[in-house]
Amino acid sequence: MSIQELSELSEPFVWPEEGVTRIPFRLFSDPEIYALEQERIFRGPVWNFLCLEIDIANPGDYKTTTVGEIPVVATRDHDGQVHAMINRCAHKGALVCLKERGNGRMMTCVYHSWSYDMAGQLKGIAFRNGANGKGGMPEDFDPDKHRLEPLRVEVFSGLVFATFSDEVPSVESYLGPIMAKFVRRTLDKPLVPLGMHSQIIHNNWKLYAENLRDSYHATLLHTFYTTFKINRLDMDGGIVMADDKWHHISFAKRKELQEDEEYQKAEVHSAQYESKLAGEHLLDTFEEHGDGITHCIQAIFPNLGIHTTLNSLCVRFFAPRGIDETELFWIYLGYADDTAEQRAMRVMQGNLTGAAGLVSLEDGCINEFVQRGTHGSPDRAAFLEMGGRDVENSDASRATEVAIRGFWTGYRRIMGID
Amino acid sequence: MSIDAALRARIADFLADYAHAIDDGDLDSWPGYFTEAGRYRIITRETHDAGLPMGIMYCEGRGMMTDRIMALHTANIYEPHSYSHLLGPTRLQPDDDGGWRARTNFQVIRTMQSGAMELYAAGKYLDRIVLDDGRPLLAERDVVLESRRVDILLVFPL
Repeated sequence: MSIQELSELSEPFVWPEEGVTRIPFRLFSDPEIYALEQERIFRGPVWNFLCLEIDIANPGDYKTTTVGEIPVVATRDHDGQVHAMINRCAHKGALVCLKERGNGRMMTCVYHSWSYDMAGQLKGIAFRNGANGKGGMPEDFDPDKHRLEPLRVEVFSGLVFATFSDEVPSVESYLGPIMAKFVRRTLDKPLVPLGMHSQIIHNNWKLYAENLRDSYHATLLHTFYTTFKINRLDMDGGIVMADDKWHHISFAKRKELQEDEEYQKAEVHSAQYESKLAGEHLLDTFEEHGDGITHCIQAIFPNLGIHTTLNSLCVRFFAPRGIDETELFWIYLGYADDTAEQRAMRVMQGNLTGAAGLVSLEDGCINEFVQRGTHGSPDRAAFLEMGGRDVENSDASRATEVAIRGFWTGYRRIMGID
Repeated sequence: MSIDAALRARIADFLADYAHAIDDGDLDSWPGYFTEAGRYRIITRETHDAGLPMGIMYCEGRGMMTDRIMALHTANIYEPHSYSHLLGPTRLQPDDDGGWRARTNFQVIRTMQSGAMELYAAGKYLDRIVLDDGRPLLAERDVVLESRRVDILLVFPL
């Protein structure tokens, strides 16, 4: 028998019996549900993306971020070990690392100079033995009991993940074999940062999680390719989900028929997309993974995405900043062994995505339109039956909402509505 | 080298015209403020200071700028809004190749159709300006944003 409700809430919440084909709008606006998500999801049995391993490449490096709404810092200690801990002093609770990133021997809270090594162990406190023979900590004060609160941490294919859970298995098992293999396909090479920006979107974080998995909207809302008749992008594609359903890959390939011919050509094709663009070198591209995939988005529950758009490689991380606000980070990457020409193409194709992305900028407002449209209607629900009512892998990439149903399948499971 | 007052005034007018054209919604004229091979980039200060290449918008040549404008007229979807640019004084210096380097601080207030108004962007223009038959044109414009965060989206050039 399935439980279709969240019994903790002050107002009764019952999920419609149709299950993941109906998404109650209340999920996007109820502060109690948002608070419960912080506990069950972000502090629960998931692996949260913290940063890239190259963000903390050297001993003493640190990078701050958030897990749900909790401030967290990822560090590399002077033995080369990676750690993650809550960025909150064990004394009064002030932030310890103030800068977004940095490097040091120790992390020292500026309030009362409690200092921690890069593994988070308390190493020194000011006036511990008093000043001029007066004051000081009690005799039985034990620094080992006052470290920065640790999270379990794991590095997988250049990504640093952390969890508050003791139960969740390794990142690799959390991803499952298909997802793990695809992350490696995209990221398992020395990476270099190319640039970063973020975008404040005025919607609940789950609307962006849906949006990432919404292949149905891609060519309907984002009409750049079709408007400019970029023909070669009429492609084969599909959707693959992890066994858990909450991670997915959606991909598009060049048409099979053209593939052999493509491989015969020189590595770099000029204007191969037969576009009506005046500046068609926007789309100069090269094949690099040997699988013909031109566009793909991989979403990792709860709030990570990895995409390649032609040769542009990007990690997207969307951090909840309140019930109706989300910060979306666009972290653009190259491979360390890129030629200058390849690097230039990655930079050029960054135009397609991001806050000003020619094929993505609409996502900055569309989720807000849903947030606003559903305002005042918590008792109504979205209707998600495109591509059927099931949650199985699909070779349709455009006319299905299966990956969104997959997200909600995982959401219901972790929230205890299963 | 001293800079001729008349030239200084011409460049100041040119930079003001650029901003006014965008504020007035005359976006089709925007590519015309650049040389044929002109480069335009919007980049965050953090990325720029780190010496990394990847900004938020990048155009190489007028053709790519024309595509941007065509896209926002015909393909892109966004809520109606307008900009109001405020420019600071321009620091102008001669460049090695006979052109001019210019730095101008800017702020942009964005007004949405609801009437909501806010400071949308602040930063500096780092320009390379050349004269074409005596008329100033941008050979390069780096729009360096103070903040790494863009509110909602960025569709009109700054």
